[in-house]
Amino acid sequence: MSISMLLISLLCLPLLGAIINGLYGKHLSKGISGGIGTATVAISFLIVLTFFGQISEPVKVTLFRLIHLDSFDINVSFLIDQLSVWMALIITGIGTLIHLFSMGYMKHDEGYYKFFTYLNLFIFAMLLLVLGSNYFVLFFGWEGVGICSFLLIGFHYSDPIKGISNSLAARKAFVMNRIGDAGLVFAAFMLLNTFHTLEFDSIAKMVKEGGVEGISMNSILIIAITLCLFLAATGKSAQIPLFTWLPDAMAGPTPVSALIHAATMVTAGIYMVTRSNFLFELAPYAKDVMLYIGVATSLVAAFMALRQNDIKKVLAYSTVSQLGLMVVALGLGAYTVAIFHVTTHAFFKALLFLGSGSVIHGMSDEQDIRMMGGLRKIMPITHLTFLIGTLAISGFPLFSGFYSKDEIIGYLFVENPILYGVMMFSIVLTAVYMFRLYFLTFHGEFRGTEHQKDHAHESPISMTLPLMVLAVLSVFGGLLNLPGLFLHQGAHWLNHYLSGAAGLGLIEHPESNVNTTLLLMGVASSVSIAILIWAYVTYVKQGSLAKADSDLKGWELLSSKKLYWDELYHALITKPVEWLGEQLKQVIEIKVLNAGIFGLAALTEKTGNQVRKLQNGLVSSYLFWMVIGLIMLIVSYLINTIHWN
Amino acid sequence: MIATIITQLLGALAVASAMMVVLSKHPVRSVLYLVVTFFFISGLYIMMNAQFLAIVNIIVYAGAIMVLFLFVLMLLNLNKDAEPKTPTIIWIISTVAGGVLFLVLVAALKDIVLVSQKDDFAPISNIGLVENLGNTLFTKFVVPFEISSILFISAMVGAVLLAKRDKPTID
Amino acid sequence: MGSSATVNIDFFVILASLLFVIGAFGVMIRRNMIVLLMCIELMLNAVNLLFVSFSTYYGNADAQIFVFFIIVVAAAEATVGLSILILAYRHLRSIDVSIFNKLKG
Repeated sequence: MSISMLLISLLCLPLLGAIINGLYGKHLSKGISGGIGTATVAISFLIVLTFFGQISEPVKVTLFRLIHLDSFDINVSFLIDQLSVWMALIITGIGTLIHLFSMGYMKHDEGYYKFFTYLNLFIFAMLLLVLGSNYFVLFFGWEGVGICSFLLIGFHYSDPIKGISNSLAARKAFVMNRIGDAGLVFAAFMLLNTFHTLEFDSIAKMVKEGGVEGISMNSILIIAITLCLFLAATGKSAQIPLFTWLPDAMAGPTPVSALIHAATMVTAGIYMVTRSNFLFELAPYAKDVMLYIGVATSLVAAFMALRQNDIKKVLAYSTVSQLGLMVVALGLGAYTVAIFHVTTHAFFKALLFLGSGSVIHGMSDEQDIRMMGGLRKIMPITHLTFLIGTLAISGFPLFSGFYSKDEIIGYLFVENPILYGVMMFSIVLTAVYMFRLYFLTFHGEFRGTEHQKDHAHESPISMTLPLMVLAVLSVFGGLLNLPGLFLHQGAHWLNHYLSGAAGLGLIEHPESNVNTTLLLMGVASSVSIAILIWAYVTYVKQGSLAKADSDLKGWELLSSKKLYWDELYHALITKPVEWLGEQLKQVIEIKVLNAGIFGLAALTEKTGNQVRKLQNGLVSSYLFWMVIGLIMLIVSYLINTIHWN
Repeated sequence: MIATIITQLLGALAVASAMMVVLSKHPVRSVLYLVVTFFFISGLYIMMNAQFLAIVNIIVYAGAIMVLFLFVLMLLNLNKDAEPKTPTIIWIISTVAGGVLFLVLVAALKDIVLVSQKDDFAPISNIGLVENLGNTLFTKFVVPFEISSILFISAMVGAVLLAKRDKPTID
Repeated sequence: MGSSATVNIDFFVILASLLFVIGAFGVMIRRNMIVLLMCIELMLNAVNLLFVSFSTYYGNADAQIFVFFIIVVAAAEATVGLSILILAYRHLRSIDVSIFNKLKG
């Protein structure tokens, strides 16, 4: 099959699954409905694997021309190169696993087929996003994943207890995403105006050749474009200032959190910045902005996670924190390393979320870790895989997270040692709260109710199989991009692989010498092991538990209340906007309605009343007016044509 | 020369009798004056050698339609003058309006330059003869000719239907 | 009669316009319904006259055919108009036009 046929089937399969499930899902049995959903994504994964094997050079497939003007064209075309194939692998691969997981997790849900419809639709939109060859298709996918995220977060909108808060969380996610989207739209307009095209390769070529008006190192235009792009990335990838939607998005079902808010949608911002690397390389100022925001977000989110008691909220803040780390990598210009961390993060974060889903499922929908404990005996597979995920995210040596984090902070150390220190502190906090989560959930005495204790069980194989697969990937994922110390032959495989994509191969990274690298590795490893030991001692040996809400004081209160960030936004932004809307309503509604529209209607009525009196029913008067009309007609003709001489 | 005088005389008489139609107080007299006007206009047609139309004008218009008017007048027994006097103001307004209309029409048509096939107005021409007219009527205008029969049918049906007396209802 | 006699087209234009205006004047003035209808017939005749004069002047027979059709239509119209008049007279017992104002707005 030709490349374009494969590509079309790759894109259309999830869409087809969504359509089938959407239209007929009500009449299908749960097994078939879920099976269709999972199978379409699995086949897409196989197609992406064939691309992975075949593609050595970027291939562009144009489907059709959408907009054709004199100054520019916009086509619906797709670019298959190493970067998009890699992202598609992650999306479809982890997507398949999560679909499989959802078949078991959502079994008792009424809207089963709806769930798979939305999931498939999401996969379709996300594939559009990563496979698009211009900013237009990317934007299309961007909006699509925003919609699907909204639909999936608010999936249980009719739940009697939490329905309203689910809907509000969905709305919050959508609105914050929208604010970021404005950035993407502005950037797209500026790009279109400057380069007269939106295609990645064309823009990259024009930037490299130079001579485009307004584009030079650190010019106002390029800074504006890159900052707008980054604004869009902050919306999607949950950075300061647009990150507060991600913890609230945990209101959605757990597979949604795993797929969308851990592995795929939130990495869309990272992907987009990587794609636009040729623009960011010309704007070091924007990269600095990204660096600082990444560090700040990472730190703030890690701090907030320290005293959260909902198992999913901890993971949500850790996602924000890890995304901050990826943005730091982008700010340093280490785009391939950022993608490497995206990959490993996808593995272990999806694992952690699915693991938490398994825990929640086994605990009869309990999410508070203060009600858990001692689950390692009841749910052994979940326990083991969750432990692997925790070790990976904390950067425990030789797990995948260790390698990816180490690369990033290695570059950071060379660039800016102070920020390196701040970042290390954030990594310390990461290890602290993750181990806290792990120990409080799986060790110690069971603290739940009797009912929960009776019903606690390990999850079925459909749910534990993805966990096991992801755990293996979390352990061995680091092999993708080993530093040059260990093996010379296969080192930095991912870096080399991705350098075939547009522009990525040409960027130089600050390399540190061998000694520094070893030293940093040693520091990171020892930190991670030390915290593991400290956590073990604190939570298991000493048996200290999470405090009740009323006992929190000082920094613990701040952490638990998320630094009052949401309240700040509410006071600063939401309330004034609402007030403004109310004022405008009073003024415009009342003035415009009463004076304008009703007045217009009254005027028409009065005029009609007067004109009506012409119709008096007498033929003679009618003829009289006809004569007058005829006179006027002929007079006007005369005035136009007669020669007055 | 004489033709010119006769034409102009006929025209003047037609105008005079038309004025009498409008101004006469008895409806029957108005009808008779109208018949006379038709005769004068037919005379003008004959002066222009439109023979067929002249005869048709007399037969149809003066012969059938005016007789119909007379029938209705007699039927409704309106011989005597039952018409109230129109107010003077209406007279003035109508006169003014009519006069203005006339002036405007004349002004519009005064400077027209007609491009014709002949240099002068020759009253003796073949256009109005029955054969030529019939030729044109039955070749070029045969469809309207047929359709006018439908028009007549509808007029007849309409007239019969409208003037029928309602059946007395059983109360 | 001399065939070299020429009557200008203007004469017929003015004559037809005068007859037309007289007819219009009559419709505006008279309140007897039947006389009203007759004045309408007068206006139609004025138009007929104009048509015929143009036809002779142009040498084109189409205008006379049109006059033929105008006569046809006038006949039909007079018929229907008079029958409506009779119907109205039965109800209103008068043919004064100023009473026929039930259609006023």
